[in-house]
Parts: sequence; C-alpha cells; structure tokens
Amino acid sequence: MTNPILETRKLTKIYGQNIIFKNIDLKVNEGETIVIIGPSGTGKSTLLRCINLLTPHDGGQVFLDGAEITAKGHDEDQVRQHIGMVFQNFLLFNHLTALGNVMIGLTKVKKMPKEQARAKAMEELNRVGLADRADHYPGQLSGGQQQRVAIARALAMDPRVMLFDEPTSALDPELIGEVLGVMEKLARDHMTMLVVTHEMGFAREVADRIVFMEKGSIVEEGSPDDLFYHPKHERTREFLWKISELYGKKEKEKTGAA
Amino acid sequence: MSNFFSYIVQGTAITVGVTLIALPFGLVLGLLMALVHTYGGKLLNRIAAAYSLLMRGVPPIVLLFILYFILSGKLINLSPFWAGSLSLGIVSSAYQMEILRGALLAVGGGQMVAARAIGMSRLQSIQYIILPQALRLAIPPWSNEASIVLKDSSLVYALGVPEILRRAQQLSATTQQPFLAYGIAALIYFVLVFATNRALDYLSERTKLPTHP
Repeated sequence: MTNPILETRKLTKIYGQNIIFKNIDLKVNEGETIVIIGPSGTGKSTLLRCINLLTPHDGGQVFLDGAEITAKGHDEDQVRQHIGMVFQNFLLFNHLTALGNVMIGLTKVKKMPKEQARAKAMEELNRVGLADRADHYPGQLSGGQQQRVAIARALAMDPRVMLFDEPTSALDPELIGEVLGVMEKLARDHMTMLVVTHEMGFAREVADRIVFMEKGSIVEEGSPDDLFYHPKHERTREFLWKISELYGKKEKEKTGAA
Repeated sequence: MSNFFSYIVQGTAITVGVTLIALPFGLVLGLLMALVHTYGGKLLNRIAAAYSLLMRGVPPIVLLFILYFILSGKLINLSPFWAGSLSLGIVSSAYQMEILRGALLAVGGGQMVAARAIGMSRLQSIQYIILPQALRLAIPPWSNEASIVLKDSSLVYALGVPEILRRAQQLSATTQQPFLAYGIAALIYFVLVFATNRALDYLSERTKLPTHP
C-alpha cells in the first residue's frame, strides 16, 4: 500500500452560519487522478482552496507527503510551491508573456538563474504544446491557450500534486478539448491530480477514482465504472443523469443504458 | 521687452523644479499609503483612510500654509522653495493615493491568489505581479494629477517663491501691463501642461499590453 501524497482528515470549512463542507476525508495516492464531481455550491472549489491553504480552514487537517501542512507555523509559501493550482478563469499574469508567466515562479520563488529558468519554462510550454506562443501576452491568446499556459506555469514548479478547479468551465466549447487533452496527457504521465470538473467524459475516461460531493459531504466515491454504472446512492444516479443530459446526448445514452 | 520675457521664463525653471520635487514625493508617499490602505490591517487601513479624507477635504492653499509653517519653523528649517515643494507633494500624495488605490483594486484579487498559488509571499506578489499592472492602469489618471500639481505649483507663490506667477505679478505691477504679464504666464503654464500630458500619453501607449495577435 502506497502512502498518499495528499490526505485530508475531517477537513471542515464554515462561513459564518454556513457549513461549506464538513469532515472531508480524502486520499490522493501518487500518480492517481481523482475527479470530484457534484452540484454547484457544494464546496468543491473551496475544498481545493483549503487544501493549498489559499482559504483558511475551520477544522481538520491536510497532509502533504505525510507532513501536516495545516499545522501552526508551517510555511504556507513553501507548501504552495509543491501544490500546483489551475483556476477556472486562468488567472494568468496579464503583464507577462506566456514564457514570463511560466518563468516568474522559477526566478522569483525558486531563485533559479534566468537562463536555466527560461529553458525549463520553454520545456513546460512545449509540454502543453505552446512553445510557439512563448512571446505572446495573455491578451493575445485564446482561452484554451491561456489555460494551457496556466497549466505550464503550475507544472514548472515541479509540484507533488496538481489541483484543477473547473479548468474548462470558462471556455468556449470548441476550446475545451485542447485543455482536456493536456490534462489527459498529464494523467498518462502519472502526474498526481485532483480535478474538480463537470466534464463527465474526462471523468469516465481519465479518473482513477471519482468522488461525488453534495452539500458539503462526500456522498460516494469509487471507480468510474462503479459510479457511472452501479451507483450506490440514488442522488449520485440522479446527478449523473442530469449532468449528462446537460452536457451531451451521447453521454445520456451511455448512462441511460446502464 | 526681451528682458520682460526672460524674467518670467526664469521663473519657469522654479515652477518645473517645484513640480519635479512635489510629484515624485507625492507618488512615493501616495503609493505607500495606497498599499497600506489596500493590504494593511484594519488599523493601518483606517489611518490611511483618515489621511486621505483630511488632505482632500481642505483647500490645497490652506494645507500649504499649515505645512509650510511646520516645515520652515523652528524644528525643521527648510527654504521656502523646499518647504513649498514638499508641502505641495504632501497635498498631492492624498490624491495620488486614491488614484493608485483604484488601480490596485482594478488589478483584482485573482492576480494575488494566482501569485500566492505558485508560492510567492504577499510582498513578492505585490512587487512582481500587482504593481506592474496597477502602475500601468494608473498612468492616465496620474497624468491628470500631474497637470494639477503643475498648475497648483503656482500656489507656492503665496509663500514667496519666485516662480512664474510671482514674477508675472511683479512685472504687472512695475510695467503696468497686466495682460501681457499674465498672458505670458498663462501661455507658459499651458505649454508645460500640454507637454506633460502628451509625454504621459506616449508612456501609456508604450506600456500598453498587447491584446491582439
């Protein structure tokens, strides 16, 4: 049994009276791709933000490589270097070129020499298929290209785990494929990934495990086959039905047949 | 006539000097205040807000007199030129603070989140990610403030600094040609403001981020 790279124990987040999520226990093993699905407002995005300490949590613990990163006095900036994050709205640094976006973490955070950082950044841009757009500014790139640069920016830090927060939700439909393609390739290369998405096709094809979250709790988790074809909970079945209807007829036929 | 003209023109150097001290001084002070207001804690935030409110709620000339008597008093004793320039800078800092605060807010919280997500500290995020974008956004409104400071530099006339307006007034009194004297003064101010705005427009254009392939 391998040790999980990332683990949450009874992780809880409360905004005032509102429980965003409660007692979330999640394990992500090395090389695994875990997809979290669930209705909007279920706390999936907040969960990711709590995991890399961008949002303070209200209870429970998070462990990275066996060390509790939620412990008092743990260096947050240090932690975030090891957890890559990709956002729904890309959040590229607008004043930097694609290359600059990927380089800046290397030069300013990792204090890597410029030439070495440039080479490494080009390598990462190449990995997402955008080496030829290195000198383009975010404003000159399509949404899909921006998101791929954002992925390269996170990858450049050599993170232990990558968090994806609905990486394709802000994209035009014809641009979704290129981003999912990059993510699939990462999964094949055994990058450890925790992905929040509504892309059921991606979840079914790429995920090692799917976690269904609703109202701040994990309702069910299991292999894609289990969740899509033999869900234990009625809510899981309902949700998958609804989302498949929304996101394409092809999906609907497959789940409907199950 | 040529004497007449060169007398006022000599004042131009002083006007430009006052502006070149007041503007950068106000920029540094205003930037500090804007950062404190945006990213500081509750207490610092309140102090900065009070500073802005106070400075912008009193006519510049009144503040100028108050600050002047502090800066050229017993404790600190600066020349009228320096006391006037720095006072003007302090007055301007409150306006520049508001310009920069708006620009910082316009950059948006997302950029900070993204910077923190790759392991930057707050200070690094501000330095490398937020400020380069905010300063770009601030150039057009800052250009407006620059021309205001340039024109308000005429207020140090009241402190006895021999800049354009003071010299124009002296000439008007001695030569009995007020239209000519003040007309020349007006023309010089106009040319200075015009040139400043054009220069900053150019800077804004040069630093604009490309949006099309």
